[in-house]
Amino acid sequence: MLITLSKDSIAITREQDVVPLRNRVKEVAVKIGMGLVNQTKLITAASELVRNMLRYAGTGNVLIEVVSRGRDTGVRLTFSDKGPGIADINLAMQDGYSTGKSLGLGLPGTKRLVNEFSIQSVVGQGTTVTILKWKNG
Amino acid sequence: MTNSVAQFLKKNKDRLLDTWTQKQLASDTLRDDLMSNDELRLQSEELVNLLVKTVNDENINQIESSRFDELFELLSGISMSRARQGFSPRETGLYIFSLKDAIFDLLQQDLSSDPVQLFEISLKFNRLLDSFGVVTFETFIKGREEVIFRQTEEISDISTPVIQVWDGILALPIIGTLDSARTQVVMESLLQKIVDTGSSIAILDISGVPAVDSLVAQHLIKTVSATRLMGADCIISGIRPEIAQTVVHLGIDLSNIITKATLASALKHAFNMNKLTVKRAEPEKKFL
Amino acid sequence: MDKIPILRMGPFLLVTIQVDLYDRLALNLETDLVNMVHKTGARGVLIDISAVSIVDSFMGRILGNIASMTRVLDAETVVVGMQPAVAITLIELGLSLSGVYTALDVERGMALLQTKIGSDDELIDDDADHTE
Repeated sequence: MLITLSKDSIAITREQDVVPLRNRVKEVAVKIGMGLVNQTKLITAASELVRNMLRYAGTGNVLIEVVSRGRDTGVRLTFSDKGPGIADINLAMQDGYSTGKSLGLGLPGTKRLVNEFSIQSVVGQGTTVTILKWKNG
Repeated sequence: MTNSVAQFLKKNKDRLLDTWTQKQLASDTLRDDLMSNDELRLQSEELVNLLVKTVNDENINQIESSRFDELFELLSGISMSRARQGFSPRETGLYIFSLKDAIFDLLQQDLSSDPVQLFEISLKFNRLLDSFGVVTFETFIKGREEVIFRQTEEISDISTPVIQVWDGILALPIIGTLDSARTQVVMESLLQKIVDTGSSIAILDISGVPAVDSLVAQHLIKTVSATRLMGADCIISGIRPEIAQTVVHLGIDLSNIITKATLASALKHAFNMNKLTVKRAEPEKKFL
Repeated sequence: MDKIPILRMGPFLLVTIQVDLYDRLALNLETDLVNMVHKTGARGVLIDISAVSIVDSFMGRILGNIASMTRVLDAETVVVGMQPAVAITLIELGLSLSGVYTALDVERGMALLQTKIGSDDELIDDDADHTE
């Protein structure tokens, strides 16, 4: 059973918004006592996903939650946008695949940085990516 | 004559505690080395008191109701502390089941003339105490898991010592299997030590790693790459012949990594990289 | 717009990144550095990222690009002072920055650049000897 302990939301409209987002995520991660390496992985993952959001959808919203399950505490981030959506999620999750001019490490690389990763997308309606990093993950 | 659960419990509270305590003391699973008899009696008394307070005829078969929370909490506490004290699952289980024995003994004495009533009440108690048993076991295992969890953490902490073998040269002997959680700890402590000591060479000795498969090799390569990103060089030493064989058979590419058979040759290589020479001291000249 | 200062130290350029990077800022740095290398004829570039707590795939790519671009202009790039957590994250992300030289701190980075350039000069000398 996943319990949400606190909630916060940040709107992303331009590139610079990634800086306050990183700070906010860091604050939350520090508060629950997450180690430096896991913090860095989580913030880097967030940074990757915000870039995707800006590149493909232009704007979006990030929900920051502190969650707990059993003895674990962690941070869950939900990135939702109303962009064009992803037609083939399996393809997008492959290492080296990219439609934009990036390395194609974005989604699969991000997945490796966190404990849980899920993505829902409807073409024409938008994409929601949820990541979760446990304190001791 | 008893005709209700509540009545039975209230009337027989003291007898129940006595019977139960006697049964425990007589049992061959008694562990007076782990817990004194007085302590045992106090613990049992607390449980019996709460049992009498909580259970009545309406709720005896509604153990999910919140009225039982306190009772189950006490049971969990007892079970958890027994797991930590080193009681066996059998001893912990028998502790609860001997309460069942005691209750049945008393019921039998009380209701010997009314077998129908005896059967009904026994059945109710039976269900209740079975669920006590389940709760006890669940928390007992949880208690053990916590012990294991703590030990795992301790082991992973103590098993990754980073040693400064020379000015600017670190060595990290890895002992045991290298899984991804372990790699994380190894990487973190190694990289931090590189920063702390300003060392430019790290030697990863895998003599104590029982087997190297492609996953372990991947973990090693990751560690080496991370070291390189920090601006230090990483040498892998302690490669046993059978490891060399498996590595090649599995098609693992270690060509970008400096590998040495022994820690000694890795150290020698590190000396070379740092332009250090080690030589035997000249024998002292004796002046006559 | 924020700008990251580039310092000139003899034949080298020194960049110390002290602010949180976002994409535009990193791209500007790339352009500025390449221009500066071209203008000054610098032989080496030192990028100190010891104060940087996050390097994601985009910034990692920029670092790689800077190294490749300056190499074309005959200058080596050394990235120094990467935090352990950043290094671990980059590796996990799948970026090993294989084309970039690294060093623990600015001092060692300088020394590394000296040897890189020094060995080049020696090569030229050797050639010169040879033709004599």
